[in-house]
Amino acid sequence: MKMTNELAAGFADKVVSAQATFRAVMDAMARPGTVQQLNAKLRHAPSPLMPAAAAIALTLFDHDTPIWLDAPLKATSAVTSWLRFHTAAPLTSDTADAAFALLSGVDQIPALDQFALGSNDYPDRSTTLVLQLSSFEAGDAFELQGPGINGRASLHAPLPAELIAQRAALQPLFPRGLDLILVAGDALVAIPRTTQIMPKGAV
Amino acid sequence: MNAPSYNFAYLDEQTKRMIRRAILKAIAIPGYQVPFASREMPMPYGWGTGGVQVTAAILGPSDVLKVIDQGSDDTTNAISIRKFFAKTAGVATTTRTDEASVIQTRHRIPEAPLHEGQVLVYQVPIPEPLRFLEPRETETRRMHALAEYGLMHVKLYEDIAKFGHIATAYAYPVKVAGRYVMDPSPTPKFDNPKMDNCPALQLFGAGREKRIYAVPPYTEVVSLDFEDHPFTRYRQNAPCALCGAEDSYLDEIVTDDKGGRMFVCSDTDYCETRRAEGHFGSANAPETERADV
Repeated sequence: MKMTNELAAGFADKVVSAQATFRAVMDAMARPGTVQQLNAKLRHAPSPLMPAAAAIALTLFDHDTPIWLDAPLKATSAVTSWLRFHTAAPLTSDTADAAFALLSGVDQIPALDQFALGSNDYPDRSTTLVLQLSSFEAGDAFELQGPGINGRASLHAPLPAELIAQRAALQPLFPRGLDLILVAGDALVAIPRTTQIMPKGAV
Repeated sequence: MNAPSYNFAYLDEQTKRMIRRAILKAIAIPGYQVPFASREMPMPYGWGTGGVQVTAAILGPSDVLKVIDQGSDDTTNAISIRKFFAKTAGVATTTRTDEASVIQTRHRIPEAPLHEGQVLVYQVPIPEPLRFLEPRETETRRMHALAEYGLMHVKLYEDIAKFGHIATAYAYPVKVAGRYVMDPSPTPKFDNPKMDNCPALQLFGAGREKRIYAVPPYTEVVSLDFEDHPFTRYRQNAPCALCGAEDSYLDEIVTDDKGGRMFVCSDTDYCETRRAEGHFGSANAPETERADV
């Protein structure tokens, strides 16, 4: 039996969808913790890539941005061939070389300090992590503080404690650091390196 | 409709992706100047090519665009950039500050308070606040990396030694989120306090110098000063001759060759809104030379 391996489509309207997706990511980055709902009209994101993660890939990835994929994504040819065809981004196996890292879930996140943190001279040369979560309703409650936030913001997300601890350990390195984009289904939340994450209720 | 020969908002999609990535980094590292591959635009350097590229990268079909040049909606630079985006992106344009979702500005911050969801895009000629103190890029980059800003304080101190007060009146250096010293572009220092804890996102584009930087909403922006010489705003001590405003930044208009002059709001939308509300001024209002407010 012959399997036809058809490539899933990209954006129906490249220009408008990329702009709408970027504005959602920009608003998310400017106001950490706010949940941005995407309406990217992306009908078939190649599983296990969530629609929001796929839309971010189509919006921000290109031949200038080496992409690192975690094992479940890397093992899925539907994902790798879709990324190669639609974004032309090179895939890298070196975390420190990646402009973006796509993480299919919280189970197999490498140590955060293995990604590019930028240098003190060029802190922008860092990896942006795109991390897929189950939802922004389940999981622990967190309070966020930092630039972009009026006082405090709250966030519900199933973020592992280990990830929060590793991220907190990177914060003294500012301006070096990692920016996170969390996605769940069609929704996304950005946590730039300046944001402090505290468990809800902690002072 | 879009002009058929251009992509939406003029720039090609690859350029937009590159600029968009730079904008995201700029927001994530407030005040840090992100290098970007600035393109040639159909206008000369110095006419806002940086601001135009940032606006082109963020603009969508549902945006409402306002463009001001030194506060005014109806100067050549403002009109031509507004028409440029009306033609290449087909977006709605406005002169009303509160109706705009994206405001591109040359050297002023609107008087009306900005609100959440708005984006203020600054046109920046020289993004590096230390450039006139240290011409070498390698050195200024190092100084930013080490947060070594003593030189800037020496410059402000020399102002005091020479003039008795900090004489820097525009492009007054600020510190963003307690880390990076940033050039707010050549806005009058009157506008500096508006940048602090502003609900709107502020993006800065320098086309010739190929830098993008940003101040996220609700971010601390402090004008550099000394305990014994605190930062002060400066405003001509007169009400606006047209709308009588006592709180707006004023332009001096020379009215004849006998020393006649009048002061009017630099922000034309603010002035028009006030006049529509029934406020009026007087060309003969008293004016004194200098005032710190």
